[in-house]
Amino acid sequence: MSMTTADAPTEVGVVPSFTVTFILRRFDPEKDQEPYWQDFDVEMFATDRVLDGLHKIKWEMDGTLSFRRSCAHGICGSDAMRINGRNRLACKTLIKDLDISQPIYVEAIKGLPLEKDLIVDMEPFFESYRQVQPFLVASSKPDKERLQSPADRARFDDTTKCILCAACTSSCPVFWTDGQYFGPAAIVNAHRFIFDSRDEGAQVRLDILNDKEGVWRCRTTFNCSEACPRGIEVTKAISEVKQAILRGRP
Amino acid sequence: MTPSSSTLSSTEPTTHHHQYDVVIVGAGGAGMRAAIEAGPLAKTAVISKLYPTRSHTGAAQGGMAAALANIEEDSWEWHTFDTVKGGDYLVDQDAAEILAKEAIDAVIDLENMGLPFNRTPDGKIDQRRFGGHTRDHGKAPVRRACYAADRTGHMILQTLFQNCVKLGIEFYNEFYVLDMILVDDPDAKKPKGKAKPQRAAGVVAYELATGDIHVFHAKSVIFATGGFGKIYKTTSNAHTLTGDGVGILWRKGIPLEDMEFFQFHPTGLAGLGILLTEGARGEGAILRNASGERFMERYAPTIKDLAPRDIIARHMVQEVAEGRGAGPNKDYVLLDCTHLGAEVLETKLPDITEFARTYLGVDPVFEPVPVMPTAHYAMGGIPTNIKAEVLSDNDTVVKGLYAAGECACVSVHGSNRLGTNSLLDINVFGKRAGRYSVEYANSTDFVPLPDDPAKEVRAMIEQARAADGTERLAALRKELQEEMDRNAQVFRTDESLRSVAKTIHSLRERYKNIGIHDRGKRYNTDLLEAIELGFLLDIAEVVVASALSRKESRGGHMRDDYPERDDENYLVHTMAYMTGDPTSPNVEDHIAIDWKPVVITNYPPMERKY
Repeated sequence: MSMTTADAPTEVGVVPSFTVTFILRRFDPEKDQEPYWQDFDVEMFATDRVLDGLHKIKWEMDGTLSFRRSCAHGICGSDAMRINGRNRLACKTLIKDLDISQPIYVEAIKGLPLEKDLIVDMEPFFESYRQVQPFLVASSKPDKERLQSPADRARFDDTTKCILCAACTSSCPVFWTDGQYFGPAAIVNAHRFIFDSRDEGAQVRLDILNDKEGVWRCRTTFNCSEACPRGIEVTKAISEVKQAILRGRP
Repeated sequence: MTPSSSTLSSTEPTTHHHQYDVVIVGAGGAGMRAAIEAGPLAKTAVISKLYPTRSHTGAAQGGMAAALANIEEDSWEWHTFDTVKGGDYLVDQDAAEILAKEAIDAVIDLENMGLPFNRTPDGKIDQRRFGGHTRDHGKAPVRRACYAADRTGHMILQTLFQNCVKLGIEFYNEFYVLDMILVDDPDAKKPKGKAKPQRAAGVVAYELATGDIHVFHAKSVIFATGGFGKIYKTTSNAHTLTGDGVGILWRKGIPLEDMEFFQFHPTGLAGLGILLTEGARGEGAILRNASGERFMERYAPTIKDLAPRDIIARHMVQEVAEGRGAGPNKDYVLLDCTHLGAEVLETKLPDITEFARTYLGVDPVFEPVPVMPTAHYAMGGIPTNIKAEVLSDNDTVVKGLYAAGECACVSVHGSNRLGTNSLLDINVFGKRAGRYSVEYANSTDFVPLPDDPAKEVRAMIEQARAADGTERLAALRKELQEEMDRNAQVFRTDESLRSVAKTIHSLRERYKNIGIHDRGKRYNTDLLEAIELGFLLDIAEVVVASALSRKESRGGHMRDDYPERDDENYLVHTMAYMTGDPTSPNVEDHIAIDWKPVVITNYPPMERKY
């Protein structure tokens, strides 16, 4: 790491920049047999995001670098990737929070088919999501809103925060070895409805998740909770679903 | 470092053909709300540049307005008035009335679909205050915004997607629509301008994963492609909001309405532009200048920090320009939430609390947050009527073509949108677009497609893929965005706008000489960005041409050289038409401006005071 604006600290408003080395796992299906690692030196500020670094590489050095991104502030869920071996959103990971005396390793999330560079095929992920019936099941059609107490609303608040970025599912060792496992994100989205007082479909979802590829595959390694960029207590949600299955009701 | 891929594949892309009654372009709130309406009644497809849940509706925070009167007395008539006044009387009042009236059902629909709104102690949908929404025609702020913490847009996007899954709506994700197929319509009257009498026949899309081309033959096409905030550098908008949908129709000769009216949201994180909801001020947060003064008291004595966004943004910029800005460079003001307490911040405003901590290292519980206006929302766009039908002049309908949401201009926002009216707009007019497009599709036959409808898209793609000039597209885009921030932001003058027009012309010349690195077909995002930049240049120029022609100050359009509102000459919508070669040096040579009357029903224009 080298300081390029050495006199900066005394000057008001001038922020020092650093050279940061990114080591990216590259793969172009049209020309590469196997993925390979490539490094790039990038001028960065402490408050920059890893996404800013990837943009600098793409925009100033190598336009072929491919990754997904959209909102750039942790809401849309496009840019989940493995940063120094941990699943993170590139737009929510600041350079100052990483050890920049070491290179920053960035690769695609694991467990989903690699398409190109940092892009994976998201279809298997969304297929699991669709299978848990991630929508309100309610027979009545009231004229006004259904009532729900603040306490009932709070019961499933945590799992409404999910942005479907796949950081949790693709951090799960069970999912890496068994692609049939629903994975944490699908269970989180089932939880969001199972514990919603307005919903009548809990039994169906509990049956679906009682399957051999359901919640019982979870080994409580907490990778998912650690990976969630929205701070959802994923492992807790999964264990609440397990308990509901044992109870036979939410 | 050399680019790693450089061999140009010589094979032509494969072209696929599809047929649907209704094709919806865009999977944000408006597109998915339309799909929920159309899907059960006709064969429907949604085509999206992103996965649906990545759409920028998800970034909306504060709420969705509806006069439910769950907390205190309210009426849709007051909401209509606030919308009209908030838009500085450039709102079409018939459309605003529909927006406010149908708001109530729109919120109930969402609740019934499962949206987890915050609740009152007795279990009803909770409501909070928001800028410009008042009781009894401006007497005091009213609690009208239905919300789910500061994640209302996220919940709307998720709920609509969940219901699309429930209904089995077909999605084409990461398909980038690049052309609209319009065919001659001998029965229609000739519109003004360059456009011929035409009707919709489908769209052509580029599949990002494979590089293949897809022709979608359709009876009805709905554009729900969102905004174009990326014409600016400092913006709350996503990287993907490059105005493609608006640009496609512009290139087809459809006029664009009120494009000079771009909203700058007062509270973007300083230097970054990341949005901090107005809901913070709805909960009681206060804007302060360097000396700690609550400066909005001077400018809007009745509703202070809850004045509409145009007024607040303008006075923030003014405070800074007059030397009262905070920070080492005196270049921002402060959003003070410290008196709200940790509990309100953690439960009602958790996301923005986290944004300030993550991106600025400022904890709003203890310190005020540095903020400055950020480019946020386009009031203008594709002209539509109240059935969401696209117009090719002031009143000629393009049969089978619909638009809704931010890309459209109906016009419910006039010259300045009120906070919480956009989440409302996408639901009310998204639903209308779905309903009327299906009605039309089920009453008509497919019109034959022209020979080789994908020809132009193929040429556009191949040209971009082969681009090997010396100009870097990112550098050009940055110059455009910086120039727009400098000279077409909150305050404009004839001189500043002419400077932007000149810059755009030179960027267009340089754009002809760009080079891209990626010659491949799989996920070629380099090529995608090159095409997006073309749309950004087109759209930015329409904004500038429209702003040049409006020699007054109204709502989101503030002309330093014409500081007063001028109802005698400008109580009209701006209609921009492409009339010549966009690369010609003078903007007046290829963009013509016409005007369209504002629909005024109950509220004659008055001075706008808060």
